[in-house]
Amino acid sequence: MTYREALRQALTEEMERDPGVFILGEEVGRYQGTFRVTEGLLQRFGEMRVVDTPISESGIAGMAIGAAMIGLRPVAEFMTFSFALIAADQLVNHAAKILYMFGGQIAVPVVFRGPAGGGAQLSAQHSHSLESWYAHIPGLKVVTPATPADAKGMLKTAIRDNNPVIFMEHAKLYSTRGEVPEGDYTVPFGVADVKREGSDVTLISYSQPVLLALQAAAKLAETEGIECEVIDLRSLQPLDMETILRSIRKTHRAVVVHEDHRNVGFGAEVIARVQELAFDELDAPVLRVASADVPIPYARNLERAAFPSEEDIIRAVKRVLA
Amino acid sequence: MKAEVPVKKALPGSLTPQRLVELYRTMLLIRHFEEQCAPAYRQGKMGGYMHVYIGQEAVATGFIAHMRDDDYMLCSYRDHGHALARGTDPRRVMAELFGRYTGVAKGKGGSMHLVDVERGFLGGYGIVGGMVPLAVGVGYGIRYRGTDQVCLCFFGDGAMNIGPVHEALNMAAIYKVPVVFICENNRYAMATPIEFASAVPNLAERAKQYGMPTKQIGGMDLLEVYREAEEIIRHVRTTPEPFFVEVLTYRFEGHGIADNPTNQALYRTKEEIEYWRQRDPIVNTARFLLESGFATESELLEWDTYAKQQALEAVAYADASPEPSIEELYRDVYTDMEVQEWR
Ligand SMILES: Cc1ncc(C[n+]2csc(CCOP(=O)(O)OP(=O)(O)O)c2C)c(N)n1
Repeated sequence: MTYREALRQALTEEMERDPGVFILGEEVGRYQGTFRVTEGLLQRFGEMRVVDTPISESGIAGMAIGAAMIGLRPVAEFMTFSFALIAADQLVNHAAKILYMFGGQIAVPVVFRGPAGGGAQLSAQHSHSLESWYAHIPGLKVVTPATPADAKGMLKTAIRDNNPVIFMEHAKLYSTRGEVPEGDYTVPFGVADVKREGSDVTLISYSQPVLLALQAAAKLAETEGIECEVIDLRSLQPLDMETILRSIRKTHRAVVVHEDHRNVGFGAEVIARVQELAFDELDAPVLRVASADVPIPYARNLERAAFPSEEDIIRAVKRVLA
Repeated sequence: MKAEVPVKKALPGSLTPQRLVELYRTMLLIRHFEEQCAPAYRQGKMGGYMHVYIGQEAVATGFIAHMRDDDYMLCSYRDHGHALARGTDPRRVMAELFGRYTGVAKGKGGSMHLVDVERGFLGGYGIVGGMVPLAVGVGYGIRYRGTDQVCLCFFGDGAMNIGPVHEALNMAAIYKVPVVFICENNRYAMATPIEFASAVPNLAERAKQYGMPTKQIGGMDLLEVYREAEEIIRHVRTTPEPFFVEVLTYRFEGHGIADNPTNQALYRTKEEIEYWRQRDPIVNTARFLLESGFATESELLEWDTYAKQQALEAVAYADASPEPSIEELYRDVYTDMEVQEWR
């Protein structure tokens, strides 16, 4: 099953299970979804529950928050997370803070989901994910599933969660395939997944770069006999430090791999915590493989150079082992 | 006995003399409550921004009077009057202003973020216009459930220049949500006059393009607000469709506590303030009650004394209330998750 189908299955099953779940966003209904995630849902659930909206990101986010405040469970789709910036006030100043500033009395069970990241030459204004911005905001949960199975299980968890969840899909993942368990299952937040066992170095990643890390790990095992452990964080807030630390106690070396920019990116947080909690376990500085600190360029070669590559990971692994 | 005294002005719609007296007393409570705020603030018992509603009392009072128990409302940071008009315990409102645990939001919201979930008051918000999209969502939720509840959304004239408000008005109209958008035009956004900031200073006119009924009404006369609000809210409850109402009103005090008379002289004249003070909704309603024979001088005095007492009690209650414990710092960030203390 593809990642996109897994998401659609989660939406369908949750909408069937809970009549309070509804979807809103640009082109989610009649057009069947910009990335086809919501295909067929309008026909199945009607226009009260699959709401086509104007191009009004603040309006979409605010409307979802308001409906959540009185007990519905909206899933708001952003056409891409680059555009979520227009709704930043609604996400940061409203969704994230309402529970706290009203003393715990109003919950906001809302999911903001959509494609994040780049890689299809869409250039600077359509390729920005900024997960570290959201993870930085107390009150938001931030999740980034990398596989179809996690996409389905985590979207269900997100919809059932009583907090605002930033659910970042990667545009390059929609057509990827993987096994998806049958029936109703959920994947908890705050539990990282060891996607490959290894003893020499820990690769810490999330979202689409997990696939890159796995490729690099396979190649390193084959050609150099280096065994990488690959951790898929899956959820950035809450963050599972236990799994990271357990692995570092085993390998004593680590590389963080993400598409977020290097400067003030999410890897900086991971590394800061590692050195706070397990400084003595480290045999080498933890390195980051990340996107260049530039707006993502259009030209194919430049775009490729801006994003982390398999070779970048291999080089970093060799450096921490040197 | 009182009914035999000739009534000089007819009461609008469903308004009974008793109800009018209740509403008058609500306005008195708001006025006295807020008059206690400035000294408490100066004594350092309150902090942050503090925006009073003095002069605008008839707006919240006249609209909220028509809310049913199961209706909703949201408003801006100028929210003391709305909370009190909705019947929230003044002691808990004052405690919130004092940042105490007994406040309506455990002292975590403060003056700008009052709330009363039990009464459908879904909060005051500090971002100009930020809650207007939320109101559309609340209205959508009402439609989703198929009930005949309504949602009132109060905001200022300044908010009409914020993009999300226009997204929200458009969306409200296309989804036909039962929301009353109440734009309290007090002529200024801080020091910026409406004529400067709005290309079309008639805001009802400006909102007309969104394909919903709009109206401009006066906001200094409680009877007028009450009559118009009754009609508008009935319309929205029964049609249902959104309604945009621009209420012409005025704040007698500065924008916030820091906006003192010297400061205000930079943007408005003493004469202008005086002109509007002549239209004080409390003084006018008192005069009406007297002239109509619905109240005597001594009753007016008695109610005034009572309202002041309530305000003083609220201050005493707040003053005696405990601060939130330090553990509260880490509570309510998530519904189900502890936040780690990283030190
Ligand atoms: C988005 C945003 N910009 C600026 C401010 C600062 N600010 C607070 S109140 C205010 C004026 C708002 O005027 P209006 O909407 O007319 O409401 P009033 O204060 O008159 O009730 C401004 C600019 C803010 N809180 N939010």
